[in-house]
Amino acid sequence: MLSIKGLHVFYGGIHALRGIDLDVADGQIISLIGANGAGKSTTLKSIMGLVPKTEGTIIWNDTDITSTHTKEVVKQGIVLCPEGRRVFPDLTVEENLRIGAYLRNDKDGIQKDKDWVYDLFPRMKEREWQLAGTLSGGEQQMLAVGRALMSKPKLLMLDEPSLGLAPLVIKDIFTIIKEIKEAGVNVLLIEQNAKAALEISDYAYVMETGTITMSGAGKELLNDERVKKAYLGE
Amino acid sequence: MELLSKWLPYILAGISVGGQYALIAIGYTMVYGILRLINFAHGDMFMIAGLMAVYLATALPLYITLPLVLVLTVMLGCTIEVVAYRPLRTAPRMSIMISAIGVSYFLQNLALYATGGLAQTYPKIEWLARTVNVFGASTKMVTLVTPVLVIVLVVALVMLIKYTKIGMAMRAVSRDFETSQLMGIDINRVITVTFVIGSFLAAIGSILYFTNYTGIMPTSGGMPGLKAFVAAVFGGIGSIPGAVIGAFVIGICENLIKGANLTTFSDAFTFVLLIIILMVKPTGLFGEKNIDKV
Repeated sequence: MLSIKGLHVFYGGIHALRGIDLDVADGQIISLIGANGAGKSTTLKSIMGLVPKTEGTIIWNDTDITSTHTKEVVKQGIVLCPEGRRVFPDLTVEENLRIGAYLRNDKDGIQKDKDWVYDLFPRMKEREWQLAGTLSGGEQQMLAVGRALMSKPKLLMLDEPSLGLAPLVIKDIFTIIKEIKEAGVNVLLIEQNAKAALEISDYAYVMETGTITMSGAGKELLNDERVKKAYLGE
Repeated sequence: MELLSKWLPYILAGISVGGQYALIAIGYTMVYGILRLINFAHGDMFMIAGLMAVYLATALPLYITLPLVLVLTVMLGCTIEVVAYRPLRTAPRMSIMISAIGVSYFLQNLALYATGGLAQTYPKIEWLARTVNVFGASTKMVTLVTPVLVIVLVVALVMLIKYTKIGMAMRAVSRDFETSQLMGIDINRVITVTFVIGSFLAAIGSILYFTNYTGIMPTSGGMPGLKAFVAAVFGGIGSIPGAVIGAFVIGICENLIKGANLTTFSDAFTFVLLIIILMVKPTGLFGEKNIDKV
């Protein structure tokens, strides 16, 4: 459904992406692993139309969205849950969810999705009227994921959802990611926690300094000697 | 009782002019809240709104002139945003600030060109200029209308920001541009709405203010603009209630100083206040404290 071909991006004077080819097929969790500065976040940002591209195409369900405005990209069903959660601290939990549905006007649908998010994260229901800034790091991450789901995405892109969280919370987050996939949302995941990511991924890409150096099924990469050495610390 | 009758006119005048400063200060504080920009052209836009009324009133009746002034000022505010600030959205903050100073001088010189530097007399709005008696102190109707109008407008504005979708978007954008975009919010639209509100309130402020001080010079926007700016800083820039309270404090204090026969110092007071605030509590009364939780 999403297909990136030969994508080049210059970002802050750096040749950040040097010809990326990446595909997301329907009904899958795809993960993108690699070291800091490899260009993972830039890849997601360029899909969202937040960074200008110099070359290449991004096709989404047969539509070219290479130079589409962020707002339209969201409208077409792609959403990015950014690195560092970035919830709006002085909006309430409920408002954060509502702003996730900013482009939607179907009141009933929004309410239904809100209930679904509260189902996924019961803690959010408890804290509905609390300011998002008062939540703990893990709760903020859950809110950020919930907020992204409120746009009713067909493709949910998660940038480092486990960063800085306690191991137990990380486990929760990965369980939820699987649940989201079961609900019919495709997931494109960036993770430093390569092991956990590969375990739940149907397919994965390894990125190094702006290029994709390896790709394969999640299980396959888990057993690959080079991946083990470089990313799994084995 | 005697004390009251001596001071009442000054207090009334203070409340009135304070309300007028408040209407300008909201424009400063809202634009700062979203763009982190001190819109130096705001005071001059207020002056241009005054001149518009002068020129339009020569050809049109007041009931057309005044609404037209509101509409044209809003259009001017949005034009300034699109022409002078929008192209600099990703530029360093200093560039956009210099652009704002440029617009300020441009408007002043435009006014100088149009008026030839002569003071223009603001058209008399009978209803507002009418003399009324308040507990024995005689004053203009505008003195009573201003605070009421300010309160109504501020309450409406606060409700808009708190309860509407666009208000929620404004709060989000003022916090985080990029994430707001990821929600599908059109940043430029939110900024335009901010300028519409700021310009609209400044235009209303100009009608009230120039009914009291009828002479308009190209520099007439300078002093009220600066005082409104100080009010916004005093209240904590970015905070709307703060700006309103700051404006009333400045308006009332400066008139009390006049009442104490120290008129010479009334303007100086505002700036002494600015210096003190910046030394003692730089974030102002209700200034935002940036707490980032990780």
